[in-house]
Formats: sequence, C-alpha cells, structure tokens
Amino acid sequence: MLPIEDVVRLGFIGVSQGCAYGLIALGFVLIYKATEVVNFAHGEFMMFGGFAVLTFSEGFGLGFWPGLIVACLAMGTAGYLVDSLIMRRIIGQSQASIFILTVAFGFILRSAAGMIWGWSPLSLDTPFDGETTLAGVTLGTDRLAIIATTAVLCTALYMFFGRSRTGIAMQASSQNQLAAYYMGIPVRRLVSLVWAIAAIIATVAGAVMAPVTQLETNVGFIGIKALAGAIVGGFGSIPGTLLGCMLIGVIEPFADYFFPAIKGVSAYIVMLVVLFIRPEGLIVQTYRKKV
Amino acid sequence: MSGPLLDIRNIETYYGPVMAIRGVSLTVEEGEIVAVLGANGAGKTTLLKTASGALDCRKGQVIFEGNEIQCREPDWVARQGIAHVPEGREVFPLLTVTENLMMGAYCRTDREDIQKDLETVYGYFPALKELGSSLAAFLSGGQQQMLAIGRGFMSRPKLLLLDEPSLGLSPMLVSEIFETISRLNREQNISILLVEQNAHIALQVSSRGYVMEVGGMVMDDDSDKLLESEDIKEFYLGKKDEGARGLRRWKKKKTWR
Repeated sequence: MLPIEDVVRLGFIGVSQGCAYGLIALGFVLIYKATEVVNFAHGEFMMFGGFAVLTFSEGFGLGFWPGLIVACLAMGTAGYLVDSLIMRRIIGQSQASIFILTVAFGFILRSAAGMIWGWSPLSLDTPFDGETTLAGVTLGTDRLAIIATTAVLCTALYMFFGRSRTGIAMQASSQNQLAAYYMGIPVRRLVSLVWAIAAIIATVAGAVMAPVTQLETNVGFIGIKALAGAIVGGFGSIPGTLLGCMLIGVIEPFADYFFPAIKGVSAYIVMLVVLFIRPEGLIVQTYRKKV
Repeated sequence: MSGPLLDIRNIETYYGPVMAIRGVSLTVEEGEIVAVLGANGAGKTTLLKTASGALDCRKGQVIFEGNEIQCREPDWVARQGIAHVPEGREVFPLLTVTENLMMGAYCRTDREDIQKDLETVYGYFPALKELGSSLAAFLSGGQQQMLAIGRGFMSRPKLLLLDEPSLGLSPMLVSEIFETISRLNREQNISILLVEQNAHIALQVSSRGYVMEVGGMVMDDDSDKLLESEDIKEFYLGKKDEGARGLRRWKKKKTWR
C-alpha cells in the first residue's frame, strides 16, 4: 500500500484539482442556469483569460495583481458582449445550433490565441511559486492558491446571489423569466452580466491554473472534465457542482497512480458510474409546480 | 391628464400565422375595475399579454397615460406602472416569500416606502406574513395567488393586470381574494383590468365588463347590466329559465351572432 505521506500528497493534489474543476464548472453552471445554454467554449474562456493576464501583467508590465484585475475587466466586458451581440440572437433556436455555435466559438478562440500568443506553452509568473509547509507536510503554493481562490470566489458568489438585489433578481430571472420581465427586471442585461461574471471567474481560474498547467492553447480542454464534474453533481445546482468536481478531482490522482494505463480517463468513468446509479446527479434541485 | 388610463385600440395579435385576437378595443378609466369575460381560447390572456408587452401586436395601439406602449419590452412596460399578475401565479419557486415580494419592488429605490408596502401586503394577506421565509414552491395554490397579487402590488402600479386570479381555488378562497382585489382598488387607488372565467364574481367587483369570444369583443356594458343580461346569465352564469319543454341550451342562439 501507499505510505501515508503519499496519500496526503495525492489527496491534496486531488482537492486542488477538484477546486480547479469547480472554478471552471461554476461558469458552465451559471450560464446554464441563466439561459439554459451549455457554453462549450467556457474552457477556452479560461485559456484566453490566462493569456490575457500574461499580456497585461508581463506584456504591459503592470505586475501580476493589477494585470489580473485589468484582464478580469477586459474578459468580463468580452463575456458581456458575447452574450449581448451573439448569444442573445440565437436563444430560442434549437439546442443543436446553440451547441454548434458555442463549440465553434471555442475553436475560434483557440485559433485566435494561437495566432496571438503562439502555439507553444508559455509560463506566467505568479506570486504562488515555491512550496509551503503546513503541519509538517510540504505542499505546492500554487495548488494552495487554487484552493484558496475557489473558497474565496464561492463565498463571494454565495453572498452575491443570496443577498444582493441584483443577485436575487438573477435567480428570479432563471426561475421564471417571463414573471421576471413582468416585475420590470431587465432580464437581458442580467443575463449578459451573468456571462460577464462567468468570464471573470474563468479568467481568475486561468491565472491560478497557469503555474500548474502552463499557458497554452489546449488547456481549455480541461473544461470537458469540469463539465463531467458538473454533470456528476447534478447540473444546475452550485453546491452539487462543487461536490461533483471535488469527487472527480480527488479520485483522479489516485486512479492515475494505481492504473497508469488509463491515465486521465477516471473523470469520465466516475461520470458514467454516477449517471448509471443516479441519472439526475448527486444533488438535485427539484420542486413540483402546483396548479 | 385627460382620456382613459389604458386605451387599447383595435389590436390584432398573432401566434405565428394564427390570429389570436382580431381588432379588440377596450378602455380602463382611472380608479376603475374592468372585467374581461370569456371562455377558454377567447383571447383574454393574449389581450393582457399584448397590453404588458409580452406579445407584440401587428396592428392597433396600446395607449397608457397618453403614450403608445405597444410592442415595447415587457420590463420597460412594467417600469411605466403596469403590473401583470400572470395566469397560474408564476411565482419564483426557489425564492422565499419575502424575496418574491421584494422582486416586485425591483424597480423602486425608496427603501422606506418599500418596507411600508411590504407591511401593507402582509396586512392584506396575513397568511403570507407567517410564511415570510419559506420557499414559494411550498405554498398552497391560494397562498401562491396571494403572493402573486402582493408581488404585483409591490411595484406600486397605476394599473394592475390580473389574469384568472380564481384559477384552481376553492370558492371560499375565491371570494376572499376578490374581496382583497376590490379593497386594493378602493384603498390603494389602483386601477385594475381583470380577466376571468368566473363571470359572476368578476362582475360583482367590477364597474364595467367586456365579453370576448373567439378573439373579438362581442359585448360591453356596465357590470350590473351585464349581470342582468339574458345572454350572460345563460352562457356565463349558468342560469336558465324553464322554457315550455325546457329549451335546450345548445339550440338557443346567442344574440350577438
């Protein structure tokens, strides 16, 4: 069997990986809840966001934190525009066209990133280099940063959606769009704002993931694993999504260690198993409409 | 301001190629309750949706306080002072009762008055007060209807559009709800356009009534006159005089055809 330090180390890597999936999956779920669109380009948003941080912090010499903030603002604006100029026009068309549109959008972003920043991996200097020793266990600071970021962002989102007027109005719009219109809630603007929030989260995810994955055009494919996590958790519930991503993240390093032959497949195996046992996902938000 | 509060002129609304209402006109004066009666599929809901901007009409005008508001976005119309309480309640199921009510006041910024109006709603519907922090999905049909009306009131509208408030409620609840509707009209000075299948109670609270059938207006009159009218009695109130051999209902012609 595995020595205990290795278990702790693999578990820690798993938790941080799960947090990373969770960060990305949050974007999927937010957009899905607001518009019933699964944005398959979301992983590419993350990739693009990471590159944007690189450009602003190193290309323009702003430093990491200011560069991150500027990149978030830029990506947030871009997310807002993607919805208000493109997605808004296709709502109401068949799911297939929406699917193809978002997938195609992912391709476009990947090629654009390749043309702008080149096809070979770049590295982003973050303040999270080196190692931190916690209770006698040496852990990578970069991975700790991922966990901390996820915790902070989730708390912030929880407060925003649960307490603020705009956040509650976003929930209302997602639960009953027509009734929200009748209340005078500017539903379209709020939906675009959700896209902006999702893009900002993706940018932060891209930045904190950069030390682990490097910046390259294909990191967006990690989005597929995050999507698997969201499905495991029961698409549409945020706590469920985080739980599902955590499950997939924690199982992954152990599965890769014990079954190196099928490295990287465990996420999908977990998804299939969960779908067989509980097709609706681990946590389901259901209610029945009374007539 | 002169002229009626709401003036609907000759509107035609389509669902795709299907004409749902054909040239309907209607007015609501300030301070009035106006009832629109009609059977299933007569176009009553379509009429309200056209007035509140959820559907666009192809012809005609909707004039509110002297301004044309047809074919605008429903959220814009709501901000002009028209609150639409849709058929089937349509509350926000996973928000609490209080949050639902606060969403009604989304466009208002006067915090103190909003708080006061929240108390007013709880005054009208004491049942809601105890349910303040429970999710709207778990409310009974009657409580959800109260919540929907209260939510409409929270925007402090000049005009309240009520779509079938009696739908699926027990007779006792229906009279309770209609009692509150006429109190809202009297005490809060809100004009109301009421769409109902329950002609009897609708005509009792309203001052004027319109009758719709297959997409057009076929009658309009003061409510007390409509209550006395033979056609209304027979086709909407279900009363019939005994004829010589019990005149069969489906053989009698309506006077408007």
